[in-house]
Amino acid sequence: MKIKDEKSFDELTDKEYKYGFVTDIETDTLPPGLNEGIVREISRRKEEPEWLTEWRVKAYHHWTTLTPPEWAKVEFPPIDYQALSYYSAPKQKIDAPQSLDDIDPELLETYKKLGIPLGEQEVLAGVATVAVDAVFDSVSVATTFKNNLEDVGIIFGSFSDAVKEHPELVKKYLGTVVPYKDNYYATLNSAVFSDGSFCYIPKGVRCPMELSTYFRINAANTGQFERTLLIADEGAYVSYLEGCTAPQRDENQLHAAVVELIAHKDAQIKYSTVQNWYPGNKEGKGGIYNFVTKRGHCRGDNSKISWTQVETGSAITWKYPSCILKGDNSVGEFYSVAVTNNMQQADTGTKMVHVGKNTRSTIISKGISAGKAQNTYRGMVKVVETAENARNYSQCDSMLIGDRCGAHTFPYIDINNPTAQVEHEATTTKIGEDQIFYCNQRGLDTEEAISLIVNGFCKEVFKELPMEFAVEAQKLLGISLEGSVG
Amino acid sequence: MALLDIKNLHANVAGNKILKGINLTINPGEVHAIMGPNGSGKSTLANVLAGNEIYEKTQGKIQFDGADLDDLAAHERARAGLFLAFQYPVEIAGISNMYFLKAAVNAVREHRGEEQLDAMDFLDLIEDKKQVVKIRDDLLGRAVNSGFSGGEKKRNEIFQMAMLEPKLGILDETDSGLDIDALRIVSDGVNALRTPDRSFLVITHYQRLLDYIVPDFVHVMVSGEIVKSGGKELALELENDGYASWAGEEGV
Repeated sequence: MKIKDEKSFDELTDKEYKYGFVTDIETDTLPPGLNEGIVREISRRKEEPEWLTEWRVKAYHHWTTLTPPEWAKVEFPPIDYQALSYYSAPKQKIDAPQSLDDIDPELLETYKKLGIPLGEQEVLAGVATVAVDAVFDSVSVATTFKNNLEDVGIIFGSFSDAVKEHPELVKKYLGTVVPYKDNYYATLNSAVFSDGSFCYIPKGVRCPMELSTYFRINAANTGQFERTLLIADEGAYVSYLEGCTAPQRDENQLHAAVVELIAHKDAQIKYSTVQNWYPGNKEGKGGIYNFVTKRGHCRGDNSKISWTQVETGSAITWKYPSCILKGDNSVGEFYSVAVTNNMQQADTGTKMVHVGKNTRSTIISKGISAGKAQNTYRGMVKVVETAENARNYSQCDSMLIGDRCGAHTFPYIDINNPTAQVEHEATTTKIGEDQIFYCNQRGLDTEEAISLIVNGFCKEVFKELPMEFAVEAQKLLGISLEGSVG
Repeated sequence: MALLDIKNLHANVAGNKILKGINLTINPGEVHAIMGPNGSGKSTLANVLAGNEIYEKTQGKIQFDGADLDDLAAHERARAGLFLAFQYPVEIAGISNMYFLKAAVNAVREHRGEEQLDAMDFLDLIEDKKQVVKIRDDLLGRAVNSGFSGGEKKRNEIFQMAMLEPKLGILDETDSGLDIDALRIVSDGVNALRTPDRSFLVITHYQRLLDYIVPDFVHVMVSGEIVKSGGKELALELENDGYASWAGEEGV
């Protein structure tokens, strides 16, 4: 005789990934394979100026000399880059959609299912309070509120449009934070990036609404390589959100994005990500390889860049949103929750490079590992000779749920100025059957108990997220960890 | 009708037979004490009743408030009014005592068909109940049991019991590790919670606790069986004679 179980753990873990559907849509896809011809063809299809084509080609040739990085604590079979397709775009009725009427209804339906308001009705009815640039596979399919933003001088839209409409800005800033030679995946991105978001906030403008990019991978066997470039000119402020989902497929899919942020004097950029790519199934089959380079440059004095990320999806996450604190008194922040369950692997963290005087940085990292997952924090705090009175505070907390998962912390500290003050704190907490039973005995079921414990653990990070995102993130965490104690 | 009715209960831990046919009936409003030497199965009984899955019930029937406990998962037993004050309350990092209690109180209230308490009502309830064991405000704001002393943990258990207002409170060696002042505070707290309907099962090693929480019945447990039951005077007898006379061949 066995007493009635708390809700079966297996039953819970098998819960389906909610965003795993596939949109059946005609696409314009380049054949698999990567060579200079493909790179030039992507550039030609996007009608790019010559300097950009050549930049891509240089990146491609540099990439052929590189080997994939092997220092991260992640394991996966080698990727066959010749088997991937590097460009996939949904076929439009006409070349560039002028209004939402021109967008394929299948696409609008897709975003509706994902809860992303693109329809004019939602926008007009004021349901949407966030301006969204929606990226579907390789291209941006719609940008909302574009006109309202233009009224205050803000440029927000697809990267491709920006190349056509504001080539001088793109040329001035592209690759200045993440150069095309930066690293294996960023170099690959530089060669084949297809679209992404571009945003410019002019001098002294406080962006009146949250800006958001929603990335959706749909096509099979296609890599997604988007590029985001965000510039806040002197005294500007912007809060930017990024969301991601992908269909449930048995093959792994590669996502190698690059994000560059530039904050001029007195400018502030707040960049938030809720990453929910398909994580693969319980046995580790399928899922997204999320190999992303994100870096912000506090170029002017008193500027501030703040990264907040909630990473719950992807089979593998390799991502280190970083800040280069060049301006005097500039501030860099990194708030992260990374959750891995089942067979997921994450190696994530940040780099804070102090260059200017009186620069300050804060790192709060919360890693949660469940199932058989491996969760690694890897961070670097570097203080160069010029950085008088630099300050850093780092806190890395790990939570282990069950006893088959792992948490690892690799903090690197490199100080070259004796006036620096750097603090590092780390804790590890284990949530086991004891804690869960204690909660059960007080009337909380196992799901409630985990959600309560985990949300308590992450609250310092969640409070940095914009309100709606914070609610979404809490729910997401609940779903990601369902059935994780057993 | 009895609140708790245990018939021929057998239970194992990691394959070892610990409980070997326990029979026990507790009526509403009664206080029962179970005494016995270390390893006699007292805590196993408490954990089996609460639904801890590490303990495996192999035989027998337990009725609680008209329901078969086999049909209820641990959290459902708690919501039905079965409370266990843990011998070793666990620490839960990152979640404040208050927040934890609010979730627990509302889970229990929902089960009883009562309205959810909002923050204000909840604070009123805290003000009201914290007198019971004179719990300090700063403990309420701290993570559950984190950095609490042994005595503070035990007080917190009784405080939680006061907040959740169960039908049956099981105290698993609540007196262990308490000095005489703390023992008095905890006992006063339990006594304040006694009502004509609420029952208690007090598990202890020492007679001392029963000077403060005076039981209606005392049971002696040895090697997984109740070997003798009686009134409160039985506790005094034990104090004088020890458990040796009931230990039988297995020894203690």
